Amino acid sequence: MSAAIDIRDRGGPAQPLLTVDKLIKHFPIKKGLGGKKAVVRAVDGVDFEILKGETLGIVGESGCGKSTTAKLIMGLIEHDSGQLLFDGEKIGSRALPMRSFRAQTQMVFQDSYSSLNPRMTVEASIAFGPQVHGVPKRQAIERARSLLARVGLEPTRFAARYPHELSGGQRQRVNIARALALEPRLVVLDEAVSALDKSVEAQVLNLLLDLKQDFNLTYLFISHDLNVVRFICDRVAVMYLGQVVEIGPADTVLASPSHPYTAALLSSMPSLDPDNRTEVAPLAGDPPNPIDPPSGCRFHPRCSLMEPVCPANVPPLDGVGELHRVACLARQPGSGHSLAPAQQVAA
Amino acid sequence: MAGTTTPVTAGIDPAMGAAGPKPEAFVASVGFWGGVGRKLVRDPVAMTAAAIILIIVAVAILAPWITPMDPYRGSMLKRLKPIGDATYILGSDELGRDMLSRLMMGGRLSLFIGVTPVILAFIIGSGIGILAGYVGGWLNVILMRTIDVFFAFPSVLLAIALSGALGAGVLNSIVSLTCVFVPQIARVAESVTTQIRSRDYVDAAKLSGASTLTILRVQVLGNVLGPIFVYATSLISVSMILASGLSFLGLGVKPPEPEWGLMLNTLRTAIYVNPLVAALPGLAIFIVSISFNLFSDGLRSAMEVKS
Repeated sequence: MSAAIDIRDRGGPAQPLLTVDKLIKHFPIKKGLGGKKAVVRAVDGVDFEILKGETLGIVGESGCGKSTTAKLIMGLIEHDSGQLLFDGEKIGSRALPMRSFRAQTQMVFQDSYSSLNPRMTVEASIAFGPQVHGVPKRQAIERARSLLARVGLEPTRFAARYPHELSGGQRQRVNIARALALEPRLVVLDEAVSALDKSVEAQVLNLLLDLKQDFNLTYLFISHDLNVVRFICDRVAVMYLGQVVEIGPADTVLASPSHPYTAALLSSMPSLDPDNRTEVAPLAGDPPNPIDPPSGCRFHPRCSLMEPVCPANVPPLDGVGELHRVACLARQPGSGHSLAPAQQVAA
Repeated sequence: MAGTTTPVTAGIDPAMGAAGPKPEAFVASVGFWGGVGRKLVRDPVAMTAAAIILIIVAVAILAPWITPMDPYRGSMLKRLKPIGDATYILGSDELGRDMLSRLMMGGRLSLFIGVTPVILAFIIGSGIGILAGYVGGWLNVILMRTIDVFFAFPSVLLAIALSGALGAGVLNSIVSLTCVFVPQIARVAESVTTQIRSRDYVDAAKLSGASTLTILRVQVLGNVLGPIFVYATSLISVSMILASGLSFLGLGVKPPEPEWGLMLNTLRTAIYVNPLVAALPGLAIFIVSISFNLFSDGLRSAMEVKS
């Protein structure tokens, strides 16, 4: 059950574990020799908070900046601007150097094979992190074995194996054990179950829920699978072209979406119920090029609610309900959109 | 477990029944190199090649003690005896020296100036390539473009030019051959490292807070050295031929030292008199280089990990 008191918990329960504030990352690209320099706006002003003990999901199409956001949070890529606060402290500041942040935050990658060193035994891979942080080798190996047992892999059978001797689900369990070896508080799961079979996926998801309880974890769960997100997440952030367009409690967002993009994503989910079948494609075309995103609301070229105000104005991420915020002019009072609710007198 | 000590054969333990997965004894995996070794042993071609290399190396090392005759002592009367002569089993050369003894002694120098540059280039080239590949960015551009300059010259020409500039001699030909192979190995090392660097396990190691040096040592090195090593073994044959070529041109070993390339040169004039004897040093070079090539082929296919 939940640990008594975690001395690393500085801000108290009300302090968000991670605050992402106006995070921006543009990748420069060159078009040919001496060509004009362009940038890919991979992450373009992302704001959200992860509360202690919750699971925040990030969903969106491929290329919307989900994984880049994860890598920016983990410090694998430097961000251009914006702020990252971990438990109220700026990451990389004196109060929270990168090294101690890294010990508290770990990541599980999508590709279970590529995320394990093929030349290292499973236990050596898990023990690597603790050894880096000064745990003697024997103890680190012991910890690795107990973690293997905890993620459902019998240590006597699996500890000395190599990654290619394991199945995809087993490898992902090893990756989870590796992430837990440093006793992190935040675990970023970047499409961690997307590559698994449905049955294995369910097992791993249940394992993740158990581990969250036992180790008092907070998850940032990145996925494109709305069913999985609905199952595991407390809150959901929907990303489109490098921005968060809707964020709120998973039940609310996935049951009654406010943003037309979220609605389109939901209706694109395959359903077994014949009455729920979608007849027309909910979203036409591919996402626009993030090198040159559309003006105003970035979703307007594909939006069913598009009106002349949309290409002209950038919609702010505003509250539509308790904890539920959305960036859509049709939901923003006084935006000029015909569907916008009436302006409130006292703002 | 059952009380009886069962033999190692994988029999079904009756005590286990059908209750879930069988709790096996600690499974020791053979590991990557163990697997490579096993596959290599099962490869008849590679094993034959390895045996030939071993025999030739052993003969070369032991040559001073096992040569049937003095490889330096000639006889004007017994020049260019054919193969199968009573005293000279493999005939005699243009100065009447025993060919068998000279071939055995010549293996020492030929192998030495053939293999040493590859070993040196393996160390230097891997260092440059791994550094360029792992650090990337400007350092990569500077190092790799400099390396590319060397590719503008054919390797034979480069070796001859360097040897010519440095002067004849064993040491100088080793230096020039090393310079020829460093760029080739560095390029392979760079491309392998660039691939490995983008693997998620390197990112995961970064996330665990490991220093760059630790990541290079623990996570990267073991994964890049294998392919570079295979490439380097395939260069040994080229190096042997180039080294012999330098000696042939008078830029390497000086007479009367026996060396296969030099022997080929001095026997060149005898090719119309006794062509078979004149071809012997070439045959030796051919056997050694094809053996190294076949062995490196076997090593490469043994190292292919199927997942």
